[in-house]
Amino acid sequence: MKNGILRHLTFWKIIGAIIVGFGLYSTYLRVTLGLGATTNLSDNFPWGMWIGFDILCGVGLAAGGFIICAISHIFHIKKYEPLIRPAILTAFLGYLLVILGLLYDLGRPLDVWHAIIMWNTHSVMFEVAWCVMLYTTVLFLEFSPIIFEKFKWNWLLNIVRKISTPIMMLGILLSTLHQSSLGSLFLIIPTKMHALWWSPLLPVYFYLSAIGVGFSVIIFESYLSARVFNKGLEMNLLTRIGLFSAIFIGVTFLIKLIDLTAYGKLGLILANTQESILFLAEILIGTLIPVAILLNKKLRETTHWLYISAVFIIAGFMFNRLNVSITAISGINNAGYFPSIYEIGVTMMLVVLGMWAFGFAVKYFDVFPVEEFEENEEDEILRPDQKELLAED
Amino acid sequence: MQKQKGLLFDSTMCVGCGECSLACKEANNLKKTSSDPLRDQLSADTYTVVHQFVGKDNEEIYSRQLCMHCINPTCVSVCPVGAFEKTPEGPVLYDESKCIGCRYCMQACPHNIPRYEWSSNYPRVRKCILCAHRLKDGLPTACAEVCPTGATQFGLLEDLKKEAAERIKNNPDTYYPHIYGLNEAGGTSVLVLASVPFDRLGFAKNLPNEPLPEYTGRALQAVPVVLSAGTAFLGGMYWLTKRKNQIAKEENKEN
Ligand code: SF4
Ligand code: SF4
Repeated sequence: MKNGILRHLTFWKIIGAIIVGFGLYSTYLRVTLGLGATTNLSDNFPWGMWIGFDILCGVGLAAGGFIICAISHIFHIKKYEPLIRPAILTAFLGYLLVILGLLYDLGRPLDVWHAIIMWNTHSVMFEVAWCVMLYTTVLFLEFSPIIFEKFKWNWLLNIVRKISTPIMMLGILLSTLHQSSLGSLFLIIPTKMHALWWSPLLPVYFYLSAIGVGFSVIIFESYLSARVFNKGLEMNLLTRIGLFSAIFIGVTFLIKLIDLTAYGKLGLILANTQESILFLAEILIGTLIPVAILLNKKLRETTHWLYISAVFIIAGFMFNRLNVSITAISGINNAGYFPSIYEIGVTMMLVVLGMWAFGFAVKYFDVFPVEEFEENEEDEILRPDQKELLAED
Repeated sequence: MQKQKGLLFDSTMCVGCGECSLACKEANNLKKTSSDPLRDQLSADTYTVVHQFVGKDNEEIYSRQLCMHCINPTCVSVCPVGAFEKTPEGPVLYDESKCIGCRYCMQACPHNIPRYEWSSNYPRVRKCILCAHRLKDGLPTACAEVCPTGATQFGLLEDLKKEAAERIKNNPDTYYPHIYGLNEAGGTSVLVLASVPFDRLGFAKNLPNEPLPEYTGRALQAVPVVLSAGTAFLGGMYWLTKRKNQIAKEENKEN
């Protein structure tokens, strides 16, 4: 059995190393040759996968951090406290990767600091830039106690603990602004976007769906950590989280439905165009299937069904962000776009780096509370995995 | 507003000679990109092009494409570092020393105008500047000066508006009854007349009369509201739930 785990881990390590290797090569090309030679972007289609995936999905998937902070520190619902650290870690790493991704996408990455001193408060992009900067700082402060604890820097620990409440509140406010402002970015192109996605409510959709997916990311991570590190979270907490996820995703969908009906756009859904098919796929994967699973009490209390629903919600969320940023725009502007191999290479590298960093942090810092994980829970969460590994031997 | 300059392009008078695009290249020191100006496309080295279209009786129509120099420009509003500016004389200008290369201006321009130096390692955004350097010396734009038929006319925007309305009134059979640019997305400093609906000549359609920056403006106006209401809400909930937990604890003790 030991052997099985080892073989398993080495295999993924090699895959990861290959991805990072190609990512570094893509980076080299991007830096030396510029955007034109390495991306499939064009004058007709200036924002591609690095915006649609690295930024829009990256920020959204980091939403778990502020949600759990709000639940446990503002609403004082104590039982969710074990979720705080993994959620904050994810958010912090997520934002670091978003910043890294942004540097690839900017035509003049070394001038990014201009945003600090040259202001245009009419620009949503300006709001986005400031939210990224401030919230990454806040996330660092929120995560720092874990580091200070480890190295026993008690005086620093005391300082961050003292300011922790206002910092948490600031984090929640900044997240609210940031998640919604990513949707607001697209408000200004009503005529350049497909009507199935353009709506004055885009910021609301972005905000609500980010909350929904944030919950699912927590479930996803907890399950994976249980398999890989033997560290995870209690099942009954996760079940409740799954329900919250379904509620936010469901409500987002209902508002969208009312919105489409009110503006007479329902017909577009069945128009049988590329857009309508991708819209239906997005709704099916990201909303209908997972919400149906989660609303069933029996299913959501089963570990792997809960996990499967989380995977659906996360996939559907990414589908939505890519639809908003690519599908909705490329067709209408006659700009066929598919990311280049280097764009994909860089994005995959960022994902792998994120997973490595997460693994590293979980291993060396107290991210998951080990004591939650006594025999009985282990039974519940580890059983399928153990079976699999045993079968492998 | 009074001294704002502009262009009136009347496609019914355009013969498709392409002189304007050539003169533009010269006036702005742009690289030659094509031997046939009618086949050229807008690019980082081409600020304006003339294209051929077919009218309803199969007649040839020629129309130009260039920055419309919007009255309330989307590009100015979206740039996070304020690299774009609408000057009082009319031209919408780009300051490359500020640009960080996010390309939001390109993504957002309703007329799909700004072009990027994709092959450069320190790229600039490029587009028509309404010959701002010539305007300063009291000269018209190069394209208007060279136009042999007067299809492209330079002048005070207010005068051009009157002129355009006049032409439609006097020749209702020639013109499609609309001045493109009078109200599109809040209006532009480049006005266009044509014999057919404008989207057939490649101009953006379905534009609202409201300037597009208003759309994001409404979302941005909500920011201070979200901040203050959010702070009050979070603070209130923090205090309330804490108090509730305390009372629950005390009650537990008493029992
Ligand atoms: S046409 Fe586009 S680039 Fe020109 S001023 Fe208007 S928004 Fe800016
Ligand atoms: S690409 Fe440059 S000019 Fe255009 S919006 Fe971004 S920073 Fe502003």
